[in-house]
Amino acid sequence: MTTPHIADGCAAPDQSAPIPASVDLEKETVITGVVTTAEGDAVGGAYVRLLDSSGEFTAEVVTSPEGVFRFFAAPGSWTLRALSRHGNGDLAVDATRGVNEVGLNVAAA
Amino acid sequence: MSRDTALVSADWAEKNLDTPGVVFVEVDEDTTAYDGGHIPGAIKLDWKKDLQDPVRRDFVNQEQFSALLSERGISNDDTVILYGGNNNWFAAYAYWYFKLYGHGDVKLLDGGRKKWELDARPYSKDLPQRAATQYQAKEPDLSIRAFRDEVVQAIGVKNLVDVRSPDEFAGRLLAPAHLPQEQSQRAGHIPTAISVPWSKAANEDGTFKSDEELAKIYGDAGLDGGKDTIAYCRIGERSSHTWFVLKELLGQENVKNYDGSWTEYGSLIGVPIALGDEPGKA
Repeated sequence: MTTPHIADGCAAPDQSAPIPASVDLEKETVITGVVTTAEGDAVGGAYVRLLDSSGEFTAEVVTSPEGVFRFFAAPGSWTLRALSRHGNGDLAVDATRGVNEVGLNVAAA
Repeated sequence: MSRDTALVSADWAEKNLDTPGVVFVEVDEDTTAYDGGHIPGAIKLDWKKDLQDPVRRDFVNQEQFSALLSERGISNDDTVILYGGNNNWFAAYAYWYFKLYGHGDVKLLDGGRKKWELDARPYSKDLPQRAATQYQAKEPDLSIRAFRDEVVQAIGVKNLVDVRSPDEFAGRLLAPAHLPQEQSQRAGHIPTAISVPWSKAANEDGTFKSDEELAKIYGDAGLDGGKDTIAYCRIGERSSHTWFVLKELLGQENVKNYDGSWTEYGSLIGVPIALGDEPGKA
Protein backbone atom coordinates (compact mmCIF):
# COMPACT_ATOMS: atom_id res chain seq x y z
CA MET A 1 0.00 0.00 0.00
CA THR A 2 1.09 3.51 -0.72
CA THR A 3 -0.45 6.62 0.72
CA PRO A 4 -3.77 7.60 -0.90
CA HIS A 5 -2.08 10.76 -2.09
CA ILE A 6 0.20 8.79 -4.38
CA ALA A 7 -2.25 6.06 -5.30
CA ASP A 8 -5.12 8.32 -6.33
CA GLY A 9 -3.57 11.47 -7.63
CA CYS A 10 -1.47 12.64 -10.47
CA ALA A 11 0.25 15.57 -8.81
CA ALA A 12 3.83 15.06 -7.80
CA PRO A 13 4.37 13.89 -4.24
CA ASP A 14 6.60 15.87 -1.86
CA GLN A 15 9.96 15.72 -3.61
CA SER A 16 12.10 15.89 -0.49
CA ALA A 17 10.26 13.15 1.41
CA PRO A 18 12.03 9.78 1.76
CA ILE A 19 11.15 7.26 -0.95
CA PRO A 20 8.14 5.36 0.45
CA ALA A 21 9.01 1.93 1.87
CA SER A 22 6.48 0.42 -0.54
CA VAL A 23 8.59 1.41 -3.54
CA ASP A 24 10.63 -1.61 -4.61
CA LEU A 25 14.02 -0.32 -5.71
CA GLU A 26 14.76 -3.71 -7.25
CA LYS A 27 12.06 -2.90 -9.79
CA GLU A 28 11.92 0.89 -9.95
CA THR A 29 14.26 3.17 -11.87
CA VAL A 30 14.53 6.33 -9.81
CA ILE A 31 16.20 9.44 -11.23
CA THR A 32 16.84 11.94 -8.48
CA GLY A 33 19.06 14.92 -7.78
CA VAL A 34 19.38 18.56 -6.82
CA VAL A 35 18.95 21.67 -9.00
CA THR A 36 21.62 24.26 -8.25
CA THR A 37 22.83 27.58 -9.63
CA ALA A 38 26.36 28.01 -11.00
CA GLU A 39 27.28 29.25 -7.52
CA GLY A 40 26.08 25.96 -6.04
CA ASP A 41 22.94 27.32 -4.38
CA ALA A 42 19.98 24.92 -4.32
CA VAL A 43 16.99 26.13 -6.38
CA GLY A 44 13.63 25.39 -4.78
CA GLY A 45 10.49 25.84 -6.87
CA ALA A 46 12.25 24.95 -10.12
CA TYR A 47 10.33 22.95 -12.75
CA VAL A 48 12.18 19.80 -13.78
CA ARG A 49 10.98 18.08 -16.94
CA LEU A 50 11.81 14.48 -17.90
CA LEU A 51 12.11 14.05 -21.68
CA ASP A 52 12.39 10.63 -23.33
CA SER A 53 15.07 9.56 -25.81
CA SER A 54 13.19 11.26 -28.66
CA GLY A 55 12.94 14.51 -26.69
CA GLU A 56 9.23 13.96 -25.97
CA PHE A 57 7.91 15.31 -22.67
CA THR A 58 7.26 12.55 -20.14
CA ALA A 59 6.80 14.13 -16.71
CA GLU A 60 7.44 17.24 -14.67
CA VAL A 61 7.95 17.94 -10.97
CA VAL A 62 8.64 21.00 -8.85
CA THR A 63 11.78 20.92 -6.70
CA SER A 64 11.51 20.99 -2.91
CA PRO A 65 12.86 24.00 -0.98
CA GLU A 66 16.19 22.07 -0.92
CA GLY A 67 16.15 21.84 -4.72
CA VAL A 68 15.43 18.10 -4.75
CA PHE A 69 13.54 16.33 -7.56
CA ARG A 70 12.72 12.68 -8.24
CA PHE A 71 11.27 10.64 -11.11
CA PHE A 72 10.13 7.04 -11.36
CA ALA A 73 11.17 6.16 -14.90
CA ALA A 74 12.51 3.10 -16.72
CA PRO A 75 16.05 2.08 -17.70
CA GLY A 76 17.31 3.98 -20.76
CA SER A 77 18.31 7.39 -22.06
CA TRP A 78 16.52 10.44 -20.73
CA THR A 79 17.02 14.20 -20.72
CA LEU A 80 16.35 16.34 -17.66
CA ARG A 81 15.44 19.97 -18.30
CA ALA A 82 15.10 22.48 -15.47
CA LEU A 83 13.23 25.81 -15.76
CA SER A 84 13.46 28.39 -13.00
CA ARG A 85 13.37 32.09 -12.29
CA HIS A 86 17.19 31.84 -12.11
CA GLY A 87 17.51 30.34 -15.59
CA ASN A 88 17.31 26.95 -17.29
CA GLY A 89 19.55 23.89 -17.72
CA ASP A 90 19.69 20.44 -19.40
CA LEU A 91 21.35 17.13 -18.58
CA ALA A 92 21.43 13.76 -20.41
CA VAL A 93 21.02 10.71 -18.16
CA ASP A 94 21.54 7.00 -18.88
CA ALA A 95 19.41 5.46 -16.17
CA THR A 96 19.65 1.93 -14.85
CA ARG A 97 17.41 0.09 -12.40
CA GLY A 98 17.69 1.41 -8.84
CA VAL A 99 18.55 4.95 -7.78
CA ASN A 100 20.30 7.22 -10.31
CA GLU A 101 21.59 10.36 -8.61
CA VAL A 102 22.49 13.42 -10.69
CA GLY A 103 23.21 17.13 -10.32
CA LEU A 104 21.44 19.66 -12.55
CA ASN A 105 22.69 23.22 -12.99
CA VAL A 106 20.68 26.22 -14.15
CA ALA A 107 22.00 29.50 -15.51
CA ALA A 108 20.43 32.58 -17.05
CA ALA A 109 20.57 32.44 -20.85
CA MET B 1 -15.90 29.64 -26.81
CA SER B 2 -12.55 30.93 -27.88
CA ARG B 3 -9.17 31.94 -26.51
CA ASP B 4 -10.49 35.46 -25.78
CA THR B 5 -13.30 34.25 -23.56
CA ALA B 6 -11.71 31.16 -21.97
CA LEU B 7 -8.18 32.31 -21.18
CA VAL B 8 -6.42 35.25 -19.51
CA SER B 9 -2.73 36.08 -19.61
CA ALA B 10 -0.46 36.50 -16.59
CA ASP B 11 -0.16 40.20 -17.48
CA TRP B 12 -3.93 40.60 -17.47
CA ALA B 13 -4.12 38.74 -14.17
CA GLU B 14 -1.52 40.89 -12.45
CA LYS B 15 -3.37 44.02 -13.55
CA ASN B 16 -6.73 42.70 -12.31
CA LEU B 17 -5.81 41.32 -8.89
CA ASP B 18 -8.04 43.88 -7.18
CA THR B 19 -10.79 44.19 -9.78
CA PRO B 20 -14.21 43.82 -8.11
CA GLY B 21 -16.10 40.75 -9.28
CA VAL B 22 -12.94 38.90 -10.30
CA VAL B 23 -12.03 35.95 -8.06
CA PHE B 24 -8.73 34.12 -8.41
CA VAL B 25 -8.86 30.47 -7.39
CA GLU B 26 -5.84 28.19 -7.05
CA VAL B 27 -6.71 24.53 -7.59
CA ASP B 28 -4.33 21.75 -6.74
CA GLU B 29 -4.20 18.27 -5.37
CA ASP B 30 -1.53 19.24 -2.89
CA THR B 31 -2.36 22.68 -1.52
CA THR B 32 0.96 23.17 0.29
CA ALA B 33 2.06 25.23 -2.72
CA TYR B 34 -0.83 27.64 -2.02
CA ASP B 35 0.03 27.77 1.66
CA GLY B 36 3.63 28.66 0.84
CA GLY B 37 2.57 31.57 -1.36
CA HIS B 38 -0.16 32.22 -3.92
CA ILE B 39 -1.35 34.91 -6.31
CA PRO B 40 -2.35 37.81 -4.05
CA GLY B 41 -6.04 37.58 -3.16
CA ALA B 42 -6.51 34.05 -4.51
CA ILE B 43 -8.53 31.50 -2.57
CA LYS B 44 -7.82 27.77 -2.78
CA LEU B 45 -9.72 24.68 -3.78
CA ASP B 46 -8.35 21.25 -2.93
CA TRP B 47 -8.90 18.93 -5.87
CA LYS B 48 -9.54 15.93 -3.67
CA LYS B 49 -10.95 17.25 -0.39
CA ASP B 50 -13.18 19.91 -1.92
CA LEU B 51 -14.11 18.52 -5.33
CA GLN B 52 -14.37 14.75 -4.76
CA ASP B 53 -17.09 12.95 -2.85
CA PRO B 54 -15.46 11.60 0.35
CA VAL B 55 -17.09 8.18 0.09
CA ARG B 56 -18.24 7.25 -3.42
CA ARG B 57 -15.91 7.47 -6.39
CA ASP B 58 -17.52 10.50 -7.93
CA PHE B 59 -17.26 14.21 -7.68
CA VAL B 60 -19.33 16.54 -5.52
CA ASN B 61 -22.97 16.85 -6.54
CA GLN B 62 -24.95 19.98 -7.31
CA GLU B 63 -25.80 20.68 -3.65
CA GLN B 64 -22.25 20.04 -2.47
CA PHE B 65 -20.83 22.30 -5.18
CA SER B 66 -23.30 25.06 -4.26
CA ALA B 67 -22.37 24.75 -0.59
CA LEU B 68 -18.64 24.76 -1.36
CA LEU B 69 -18.71 27.91 -3.48
CA SER B 70 -21.09 29.65 -1.04
CA GLU B 71 -18.73 28.94 1.84
CA ARG B 72 -15.70 30.16 -0.15
CA GLY B 73 -17.50 33.39 -1.05
CA ILE B 74 -17.93 32.93 -4.80
CA SER B 75 -21.08 34.34 -6.40
CA ASN B 76 -22.85 33.18 -9.54
CA ASP B 77 -22.02 36.44 -11.29
CA ASP B 78 -18.32 36.51 -10.36
CA THR B 79 -15.65 36.11 -13.01
CA VAL B 80 -13.66 33.12 -11.78
CA ILE B 81 -10.01 32.86 -12.83
CA LEU B 82 -8.61 29.38 -12.21
CA TYR B 83 -4.94 28.48 -12.02
CA GLY B 84 -2.73 25.83 -10.47
CA GLY B 85 0.37 23.72 -10.68
CA ASN B 86 1.01 20.72 -12.93
CA ASN B 87 0.54 22.88 -16.03
CA ASN B 88 -3.01 23.74 -14.92
CA TRP B 89 -4.23 20.12 -14.92
CA PHE B 90 -6.31 20.53 -11.79
CA ALA B 91 -7.32 24.05 -12.71
CA ALA B 92 -8.58 22.69 -16.05
CA TYR B 93 -10.40 19.96 -14.17
CA ALA B 94 -12.04 22.59 -11.96
CA TYR B 95 -12.86 24.66 -15.06
CA TRP B 96 -14.69 21.64 -16.45
CA TYR B 97 -16.59 21.37 -13.13
CA PHE B 98 -17.57 25.05 -13.19
CA LYS B 99 -18.86 24.53 -16.74
CA LEU B 100 -20.60 21.31 -15.76
CA TYR B 101 -22.46 23.16 -13.02
CA GLY B 102 -23.28 26.07 -15.30
CA HIS B 103 -21.09 28.90 -13.97
CA GLY B 104 -21.41 31.93 -16.24
CA ASP B 105 -17.94 33.39 -16.48
CA VAL B 106 -14.93 31.19 -15.79
CA LYS B 107 -11.46 31.39 -17.34
CA LEU B 108 -8.07 29.74 -17.03
CA LEU B 109 -4.90 31.68 -16.29
CA ASP B 110 -2.63 30.77 -19.22
CA GLY B 111 0.46 28.99 -17.86
CA GLY B 112 -0.89 28.72 -14.32
CA ARG B 113 1.51 28.77 -11.39
CA LYS B 114 4.48 27.83 -13.56
CA LYS B 115 4.30 30.87 -15.82
CA TRP B 116 3.70 33.06 -12.77
CA GLU B 117 6.82 31.61 -11.08
CA LEU B 118 9.04 31.76 -14.19
CA ASP B 119 8.01 35.39 -14.70
CA ALA B 120 9.07 36.01 -11.07
CA ARG B 121 5.67 37.60 -10.31
CA PRO B 122 4.63 38.29 -6.70
CA TYR B 123 3.12 35.85 -4.20
CA SER B 124 1.24 36.42 -0.98
CA LYS B 125 0.76 34.25 2.09
CA ASP B 126 -2.24 36.29 3.26
CA LEU B 127 -5.50 34.39 3.40
CA PRO B 128 -8.27 36.47 1.84
CA GLN B 129 -11.51 36.91 3.75
CA ARG B 130 -14.57 36.60 1.56
CA ALA B 131 -18.12 36.84 2.88
CA ALA B 132 -20.25 33.73 2.34
CA THR B 133 -22.63 33.78 -0.62
CA GLN B 134 -25.74 31.94 -1.72
CA TYR B 135 -24.27 30.15 -4.72
CA GLN B 136 -26.71 28.15 -6.83
CA ALA B 137 -25.16 25.51 -9.07
CA LYS B 138 -27.21 24.45 -12.09
CA GLU B 139 -28.15 20.90 -13.06
CA PRO B 140 -25.01 19.11 -14.27
CA ASP B 141 -24.45 19.49 -18.00
CA LEU B 142 -23.79 15.88 -18.97
CA SER B 143 -23.08 16.87 -22.57
CA ILE B 144 -19.46 17.37 -21.47
CA ARG B 145 -19.06 14.26 -19.26
CA ALA B 146 -18.63 10.73 -20.63
CA PHE B 147 -19.40 7.53 -18.72
CA ARG B 148 -17.94 4.08 -19.27
CA ASP B 149 -20.71 2.46 -21.36
CA GLU B 150 -20.66 5.38 -23.74
CA VAL B 151 -16.89 5.03 -24.04
CA VAL B 152 -17.12 1.33 -24.92
CA GLN B 153 -19.75 2.17 -27.54
CA ALA B 154 -17.53 4.90 -28.94
CA ILE B 155 -14.80 2.44 -29.97
CA GLY B 156 -14.38 2.75 -33.73
CA VAL B 157 -17.24 5.28 -33.89
CA LYS B 158 -16.20 8.52 -32.16
CA ASN B 159 -12.85 10.19 -31.75
CA LEU B 160 -11.19 8.77 -28.66
CA VAL B 161 -8.21 10.84 -27.57
CA ASP B 162 -5.78 9.28 -25.11
CA VAL B 163 -3.81 12.16 -23.61
CA ARG B 164 -1.42 10.14 -21.41
CA SER B 165 2.27 9.79 -22.18
CA PRO B 166 3.28 7.47 -25.08
CA ASP B 167 4.55 4.83 -22.63
CA GLU B 168 1.25 4.77 -20.75
CA PHE B 169 -0.64 4.56 -24.06
CA ALA B 170 1.43 1.62 -25.23
CA GLY B 171 1.11 -0.19 -21.92
CA ARG B 172 4.75 0.12 -20.91
CA LEU B 173 3.91 2.27 -17.88
CA LEU B 174 0.77 2.37 -15.73
CA ALA B 175 1.20 5.90 -14.37
CA PRO B 176 3.10 9.07 -15.20
CA ALA B 177 6.84 8.84 -14.63
CA HIS B 178 6.86 11.02 -11.52
CA LEU B 179 4.77 8.44 -9.65
CA PRO B 180 5.63 4.93 -8.45
CA GLN B 181 4.49 2.29 -10.94
CA GLU B 182 2.65 0.13 -8.47
CA GLN B 183 -0.88 -0.16 -9.79
CA SER B 184 -2.55 -3.45 -10.47
CA GLN B 185 -5.06 -2.85 -13.27
CA ARG B 186 -4.33 -3.74 -16.89
CA ALA B 187 -2.13 -1.53 -19.02
CA GLY B 188 -2.79 -0.32 -22.55
CA HIS B 189 -5.39 1.89 -24.20
CA ILE B 190 -8.93 1.89 -25.53
CA PRO B 191 -8.88 0.40 -29.06
CA THR B 192 -9.03 3.01 -31.87
CA ALA B 193 -7.96 5.83 -29.51
CA ILE B 194 -5.41 8.21 -30.97
CA SER B 195 -2.45 9.17 -28.80
CA VAL B 196 -2.04 12.91 -28.32
CA PRO B 197 -0.27 13.51 -25.00
CA TRP B 198 -1.71 16.56 -23.20
CA SER B 199 1.80 18.05 -23.20
CA LYS B 200 1.65 18.50 -26.98
CA ALA B 201 -0.85 21.29 -26.37
CA ALA B 202 1.38 23.21 -23.97
CA ASN B 203 4.53 25.24 -24.34
CA GLU B 204 7.43 24.60 -22.01
CA ASP B 205 6.30 27.45 -19.73
CA GLY B 206 2.85 25.91 -19.35
CA THR B 207 0.99 28.31 -21.67
CA PHE B 208 -1.18 26.88 -24.44
CA LYS B 209 0.15 26.73 -27.98
CA SER B 210 -1.46 28.92 -30.63
CA ASP B 211 -4.77 27.90 -32.20
CA GLU B 212 -2.99 27.21 -35.49
CA GLU B 213 -0.43 24.93 -33.82
CA LEU B 214 -3.16 23.16 -31.84
CA ALA B 215 -5.37 22.56 -34.88
CA LYS B 216 -2.40 21.05 -36.72
CA ILE B 217 -1.41 18.78 -33.82
CA TYR B 218 -4.85 17.15 -33.53
CA GLY B 219 -5.40 17.12 -37.30
CA ASP B 220 -2.07 15.38 -37.91
CA ALA B 221 -2.88 12.85 -35.17
CA GLY B 222 -6.06 11.87 -37.01
CA LEU B 223 -8.80 13.67 -35.09
CA ASP B 224 -11.88 13.69 -37.35
CA GLY B 225 -13.56 17.10 -37.07
CA GLY B 226 -16.88 15.63 -38.20
CA LYS B 227 -17.16 13.24 -35.26
CA ASP B 228 -17.91 13.62 -31.56
CA THR B 229 -14.91 13.33 -29.28
CA ILE B 230 -14.15 11.77 -25.89
CA ALA B 231 -10.85 12.56 -24.13
CA TYR B 232 -9.42 10.42 -21.34
CA CYS B 233 -6.23 9.94 -19.32
CA ARG B 234 -5.65 8.10 -16.05
CA ILE B 235 -7.92 9.91 -13.60
CA GLY B 236 -9.49 12.63 -15.75
CA GLU B 237 -7.46 15.75 -14.97
CA ARG B 238 -4.94 15.66 -17.82
CA SER B 239 -7.86 14.98 -20.17
CA SER B 240 -9.62 18.07 -18.78
CA HIS B 241 -6.64 20.00 -20.13
CA THR B 242 -7.21 18.50 -23.60
CA TRP B 243 -10.99 18.88 -23.29
CA PHE B 244 -10.35 22.57 -22.64
CA VAL B 245 -8.17 22.84 -25.75
CA LEU B 246 -10.62 21.08 -28.07
CA LYS B 247 -13.86 22.57 -26.73
CA GLU B 248 -12.91 25.97 -25.36
CA LEU B 249 -9.92 27.04 -27.48
CA LEU B 250 -10.61 25.31 -30.80
CA GLY B 251 -14.40 25.52 -30.38
CA GLN B 252 -15.21 21.93 -31.35
CA GLU B 253 -18.77 20.78 -30.73
CA ASN B 254 -19.54 17.69 -28.67
CA VAL B 255 -16.36 17.07 -26.74
CA LYS B 256 -16.64 15.07 -23.53
CA ASN B 257 -14.20 14.34 -20.75
CA TYR B 258 -14.22 10.72 -19.48
CA ASP B 259 -13.27 11.32 -15.86
CA GLY B 260 -13.33 7.61 -14.99
CA SER B 261 -10.45 7.31 -17.46
CA TRP B 262 -7.90 4.52 -17.38
CA THR B 263 -8.23 3.74 -13.68
CA GLU B 264 -11.83 2.74 -14.43
CA TYR B 265 -11.54 1.41 -17.98
CA GLY B 266 -8.38 -0.60 -17.26
CA SER B 267 -10.17 -2.38 -14.41
CA LEU B 268 -13.41 -3.27 -16.24
CA ILE B 269 -14.05 -6.95 -16.88
CA GLY B 270 -14.17 -8.01 -20.51
CA VAL B 271 -13.69 -4.70 -22.31
CA PRO B 272 -11.29 -4.63 -25.28
CA ILE B 273 -7.79 -3.24 -24.73
CA ALA B 274 -5.10 -2.46 -27.28
CA LEU B 275 -1.38 -2.66 -26.56
CA GLY B 276 1.48 -0.95 -28.35
CA ASP B 277 1.92 2.37 -30.08
CA GLU B 278 -0.87 1.98 -32.69
CA PRO B 279 -4.56 2.79 -32.05
CA GLY B 280 -5.62 -0.79 -32.79
CA LYS B 281 -8.82 -2.11 -34.36
CA ALA B 282 -12.41 -1.89 -33.15
